[in-house]
Amino acid sequence: MMRSLRNAVVAAALVLATPFAANAAGEVVKPPAQDWSFGGLFGTFDRASAQRGFQVYKEVCAACHAMKQISYRNLAEIGLSEDEIRAIAAEVQVQDGPNDDGEMFERPGRASDRFRSPFPNERAARAVNNGAYPVDLSLIIKARGGGADYLYALLTGYRDEPPPGVPVMDGMHYNDYFPGHWIAMGRPLNDDQIVYADGTPATTSQMARDVTTFMAWAAEPELEQRRAMGVRVILFLTILAGMTYAVKRKIWADLKH
Amino acid sequence: MAGLHKSDMKNPVVRWIDERLPIPSMLNKEYAQFPTPKNFNYFWNFGALAMVNLVVMIVTGIFLAMHYTAHTAYAFDSVERIMRDVNYGWLIRYIHMNGASMFFIVVYIHIFRGLYYGSYKTPRELLWMLGVVILLLMMATAFMGYVLPWGQMSFWGATVITNLFSAIPIVGPDIVVWLWGGFSVDNPTLNRFFSLHYLLPFLIVGVVFLHVVALHITGSNNPLGIEPKGPQDTIPFHPYYTIKDTFGLCIYLIVFAFLVFFMPNYLGHADNYIPANPLVTPAHIVPEWYFLPFYAILRAVPDKLGGVLLMFGSIAVLFVLPWLDTSPVRSMKFRPLARPFFWMFAIACVVLGYAGAMPAEGIWVTISRVGTAYYFMYFLVILPVLGKLERPRPLPESISAPVLRGGGPVPAGASAKPMEKA
Ligand code: HEC
Ligand code: HEM
Repeated sequence: MMRSLRNAVVAAALVLATPFAANAAGEVVKPPAQDWSFGGLFGTFDRASAQRGFQVYKEVCAACHAMKQISYRNLAEIGLSEDEIRAIAAEVQVQDGPNDDGEMFERPGRASDRFRSPFPNERAARAVNNGAYPVDLSLIIKARGGGADYLYALLTGYRDEPPPGVPVMDGMHYNDYFPGHWIAMGRPLNDDQIVYADGTPATTSQMARDVTTFMAWAAEPELEQRRAMGVRVILFLTILAGMTYAVKRKIWADLKH
Repeated sequence: MAGLHKSDMKNPVVRWIDERLPIPSMLNKEYAQFPTPKNFNYFWNFGALAMVNLVVMIVTGIFLAMHYTAHTAYAFDSVERIMRDVNYGWLIRYIHMNGASMFFIVVYIHIFRGLYYGSYKTPRELLWMLGVVILLLMMATAFMGYVLPWGQMSFWGATVITNLFSAIPIVGPDIVVWLWGGFSVDNPTLNRFFSLHYLLPFLIVGVVFLHVVALHITGSNNPLGIEPKGPQDTIPFHPYYTIKDTFGLCIYLIVFAFLVFFMPNYLGHADNYIPANPLVTPAHIVPEWYFLPFYAILRAVPDKLGGVLLMFGSIAVLFVLPWLDTSPVRSMKFRPLARPFFWMFAIACVVLGYAGAMPAEGIWVTISRVGTAYYFMYFLVILPVLGKLERPRPLPESISAPVLRGGGPVPAGASAKPMEKA
């Protein structure tokens, strides 16, 4: 009797302890929750922040990471004008062709082009990055359990030195939030690394916040339209449900139960 | 034999058609006048909801198929194109994706309704078994649908599940190669899964039709589990249940809309937004939530073949349930002893679902084993034995004369006589 009781207590303690055990093993660290403009049920993207975030992507991340699901024309959704978009697209050279002579050729980008990828293929990307692959960022917010909080935590979670007792890994960088902690991407953001067009001070956390907002938009460009439609659909259905219930009551009233 | 059908239709055009092809008469008989027990509760809405859900899946699926590309090199991007460039593509895809979850929610409630009120008992055995066939077809359809977007979970889920067949002795490995159309999950696999994912829903439509035909032969069960004794116990399906089903449909649509518009990825897995990569195995491979209890049963035993047999057995046992439950009393309302066992069964299913989402190690294995043991005990031991031991509460005389508190006769030899003959 006492034995089985003790076993039950041990089993219960184990169940409770499992999540903590996983943490202690350094597997996945839950990123702290941030306040996002697009958070909650009704949030919308902060356009200014998303535009700054695009600047961060263009000037920093785009050196290594592609975003091949996004076209330059899509930038209109975060408030860039047509002229701005055309100018941005024209800054890159894209391969096109074949022309009438059967040759591939380079031309300036157009608004309808996808964001140009920094590397022609995965092998080329790995070759330059110590064998690691800088993933496509178009869907990164949806593709990680922690979503926007995770990306922000990752970008701001670098340490110059690993915690005491953790052996240094050559060519790798210690990050509080990357699963397993050692990441092949060096710290991408440092204070005042870029100069924001709108004069906002470019602190690491500001840039991380802005680029995360931009990535959140890139992953779910339909988010605002979806939520707005959702409000209307649910209001309509609620009224319809109320009316249907009234009719149901009326029809059933003549039945004796 | 030959000759025009005698039609009661008033509208001359409808009448003309009805005399030659009596579908209007049939619909009138089966859906308008159809005598239905007057005492349904809201659990009787879920069959109609499942039918609506099936139509929603087929309609959204057909539109998805217009834009989807079943090729390993393009599938992921074609789904993203649906999300971004097809007009309201995100809406169509999110409805289809969450529609699968809603379908299982609705059907699971529908099944538990049947388990609680004994709807599987004679004379509704075949009706019940057709339902189990629908469940199996739904599972196959949803499994193959989940492979189509060709994300990480698509690929690895397909790999894990198809690999189960390798547990079959001798021919297992050959069967797996045959299923794959190659030596791993690859383009031929994706192509055949798309073909079958398009086909199976229409088979489901066919089986649903048979399910409804069987229902209209036996008539519906009801919360009291006793047969209607005469016209005073029934009401015509229309308008009473058409309006009640419409109200239920509104509530269902509100829940559905909330998922689609406000948390479309809540029930999904983040890894499926990473393109499939045969060289990188995800840390935890988990199936969609609706498969988790079965996944837990699969992993509860250390032996692969044993796990596979148990998993298929967990559905197979439902087929023979009508002959396992020995109690002639249908509704758990009148089975005080069986009721707590039923609720423990429901809890076991939820616990199994939870354990299925956890890594198969440590305490979760033990929990899965206990849950699995109870799952099978409920059908193979508890229900057969209880029918013999239990003394059911007195049944009401009829649906319109509910049992008086403490009164009413206890059916003589309560545990031996089928109620509908009383
Ligand atoms: C010098 C090249 C380089 C730059 C610049 C760079 N990254 Fe990376 N990034 C990498 C590499 C390489 C990896 C793969 C790391 C690994 O797998 O260990 C990576 C991985 C990532 C990941 C995936 C982490 C995960 O959970 O798997 C994210 C997210 C990311 N980078 C975001 C960014 C953002 C945002 C920027 C711009 C602020 C950026 N990176 C700039 C090279 C770079
Ligand atoms: C019984 C009904 C059905 C069920 C349960 C079902 C289930 C699913 C599921 C779970 C997915 C994966 C969703 C995702 O993660 O994207 C899916 C995708 C898909 N289904 Fe179905 N489906 C059904 C009917 C149909 C029908 C009838 C068609 C076509 C005529 C269809 C076409 C597709 C296509 C093209 C996809 C891939 C696009 C995508 O992933 O969004 N489905 N289905």
